[in-house]
Amino acid sequence: MKVFLKVWRQKNRNTPGTFKTYTSPELNENMSFLEMLDVVNEDLANNGEEPIAFDHDCREGICGTCSLVIDGKPHGPHRGVATCQTYMRSFKNGDEIVVEPFRAKAFPLIKDLVCDRKSFDRIQQVGGFITVRTGAAPDANSIPVPKENADLAMDAAQCIGCGACVAACKNASAMLFVAAKVSHLGLMPQGQPERYKRVKAMVTQMDEEGFGACTVTGSCEAVCPKEISLDFIARMNRDYAVALLKGDAKAATSGGAG
Amino acid sequence: MATLNSNIPSGPLDQKWEHHKFSTKLINPANKRKYKIIVVGAGLAGASASATLAELGYEVHNFVFHDSPRRAHSVAAQGGINAAKNYQNDGDSVHRLFYDTIKGGDFRAREANVHRLAEVSVNIIDQCAAQGVPFAREYGGLLDNRSFGGAQVSRTFYARGQTGQQLLLGAYSALNKMIGAGGVKSYTHSEMLDLVVVDGHAKGIIVRNLQTGEITRHNGDAVVLATGGYGNVYNLSTYARGANVTASWRAYKRGACFGNPCYTQIHPTCIPVSGDYQSKLTLMSESLRNDGRVWVPKRKEDCGKKPADIAEGDRDYYLERMYSAFGNLAPRDIASRAAKTVCDEGRGIGETGLGVYLDFSAAIARLGEDKVRERYGNLFSMYHEITNESAYQTPMRIYPAVHYTMGGLWVDYNLMSNVPGLFVLGEANFSDHGANRLGASALMQGLSDGYFVLPATISGYLATQNPGKRPATDNGSFKQAEENVQTLTKRMLGNKGKRTPDSFHKELGKLMWEYCGMARNQAGLEKGIKAIGALREEYWKNVSVLGEATDWNQSLERADRIGDFIELGELMCRDALMREESCGGHFREEYQYTPDDPETKQGLVNPGDVKRRDDQFAYVAGWEYAGAADKAPILNKEPLVYEEVKMSTRSYK
Repeated sequence: MKVFLKVWRQKNRNTPGTFKTYTSPELNENMSFLEMLDVVNEDLANNGEEPIAFDHDCREGICGTCSLVIDGKPHGPHRGVATCQTYMRSFKNGDEIVVEPFRAKAFPLIKDLVCDRKSFDRIQQVGGFITVRTGAAPDANSIPVPKENADLAMDAAQCIGCGACVAACKNASAMLFVAAKVSHLGLMPQGQPERYKRVKAMVTQMDEEGFGACTVTGSCEAVCPKEISLDFIARMNRDYAVALLKGDAKAATSGGAG
Repeated sequence: MATLNSNIPSGPLDQKWEHHKFSTKLINPANKRKYKIIVVGAGLAGASASATLAELGYEVHNFVFHDSPRRAHSVAAQGGINAAKNYQNDGDSVHRLFYDTIKGGDFRAREANVHRLAEVSVNIIDQCAAQGVPFAREYGGLLDNRSFGGAQVSRTFYARGQTGQQLLLGAYSALNKMIGAGGVKSYTHSEMLDLVVVDGHAKGIIVRNLQTGEITRHNGDAVVLATGGYGNVYNLSTYARGANVTASWRAYKRGACFGNPCYTQIHPTCIPVSGDYQSKLTLMSESLRNDGRVWVPKRKEDCGKKPADIAEGDRDYYLERMYSAFGNLAPRDIASRAAKTVCDEGRGIGETGLGVYLDFSAAIARLGEDKVRERYGNLFSMYHEITNESAYQTPMRIYPAVHYTMGGLWVDYNLMSNVPGLFVLGEANFSDHGANRLGASALMQGLSDGYFVLPATISGYLATQNPGKRPATDNGSFKQAEENVQTLTKRMLGNKGKRTPDSFHKELGKLMWEYCGMARNQAGLEKGIKAIGALREEYWKNVSVLGEATDWNQSLERADRIGDFIELGELMCRDALMREESCGGHFREEYQYTPDDPETKQGLVNPGDVKRRDDQFAYVAGWEYAGAADKAPILNKEPLVYEEVKMSTRSYK
């Protein structure tokens, strides 16, 4: 099979980009979408044209590095599948396929199809953790976790941090991403002491990064390669409201003695 | 010649670590903040080490080539992590985990390191649970376990089929906590391209910013490499595409010895190769062998038939037949070689004949489809996406693929290489798995090294260095190392060659698989060394790298890494040629059990099983760079001294 690609090419952030069209070499339907791009890139390189820059790493749907908006959909045609696990058998011989980067203010473009998602890390750095010093942990079985809670926490914890939720959202909101982390930790007994502080800090940082507001259209859930549920956003909103009502906890006058 | 002193503490095996921690010098809290430690990599080992060192008060600078510290390939580990908790009350203990691991490694690992790993394993689970890692649980809320290869107890903790992801996100959250608190400075899209050695000590690195192409110098009181394994030397492997040997290789060229480079793990259950365009192979977790049965047709003639049309009596469940005590849970090296053997006999299945079945019909009949879905659902759907087949209805087709490298930079008991101040953690070092790694032990080792071992041992080295006195980056060694990187970049971009870097990688991969793969022999390895040497020469004449040095340039990234892989491939062949014995994943055809050997007659082994030669090869090979890629490297030896267990015939029958 052969396909026609309409690909976004942009040298860097300061140079305007444009779509360019390429005809693929002969393909095999068992190739992954990224293997198809590999083949196209080898062809370009052999003809002296710089290959198309795209992000990828594990190629098994877990590292969250790959991105791409394929025919208008982040991660391509299938539900619950990342770009790297999309196979050419999902396309027909002669198809024209439009390939673009994830576009959002908080994900500035680096080159061609590669964008910068460090804003996600910064949100995690302000509260996406349970404060526990190495070596200070009690025996693992001393804190039982109801299986239902552990399973639900795992559903949220599966987020791969790819940013498709942001790319799909008309407001470029990061609510699903943030809600997944807040819910995962908030569902575990270990996560309770910092539960409300965490949600406030992460939401504040999310807003500062320039992500948009959530209007619950659900496009994030529809494209999430791990099918993370919109319910987690409701859960986060609840925690956030409680956190606002509670206000900032004031510590009793501390320390100094001795 | 380098000196390879293992620095194993004296005293009884089960007290060595405790005593060593006590006798290692400490740094007082006020001085800790004067030491700056460079950590390269943020997989399980790098992230856990960075976070823990920062908690202790050191100034930590962490470097990753990824866009985020959460992407390292630890994320892809599926099945689980071992720990000697004995929550199942099935006879597990620290000593049993130690013994299983030593035996699993075919008696080619260090006793003291492995015992420490088993001791620390229990703390890892506590740590991860406290971080909120959502491990699988039983209905009472306590932790669940499953079994993995090479063990007869259930000691593997897991989070569905995504254990590596959850443990990595745990370590990443600890790292984030310390980045947020200012204890760690994080550099992303930053690739280490050289090690800076000042007066014989590792004191810095040279880094390329992948976004801007800028080359920068970074100094530190110690350098920690946690940069993973080098299985991508085979091109096709279960590694992430970006995984590479460059950081380790550049350190090797600065004097760090490379330990046992030929020890490669070929994982038995991967999705078979389907075509020449393929960029990677996908693993199907070993946990599947808890419930899946491996078989091929008894007769060649049946290979073309649909599996459902092959009667039960015409199937050869060869692992159950050959290794009845461990059956489908035989260790990885053994299960892989057995698959190769039946395929070599012409009984392989699938289009290429290089495949065997992994069949769940018995498990589905016993447990019901829902239970099987609960245990392995994500793996079955991954299999479906790749092959377009449902493993609920028809057996999976699997074949061995390169998965892990037990070899790596040589380190002593403190995880320090022979270059003082250079520490190496996780898969990047050679230390704990001998000649074969057991399943669910990689996660254990990465986290053990990062959370518990390095933070306790690094103070021993730092105490010998004056606080606040690390060399500045205008030192001559930094200048020389930076020039080295600039020259290499210019050379690649200026080369007017005709071939892409990837075309060399493919060619290298084929040579490595052919001559240094699952079965090796003298003639093949000699051929391999010659062919790879010729490929190296052609590379520098004929590689073509497009784009610019001052820009995001993925061709340049790859060209750097592939050049190093070619040189490494040659070293692996040399090591495999030198090691005239078979052990674990290193199978030299000349050294295998025959039907006439007493061990075969006693029923301990099967004909064709690996045969060690302890009298001549009970040592770690530490290869030292000789100053040029075309000069034969120098072999240094660290003898393996076993005080507690006896090196015996490895039997899984």
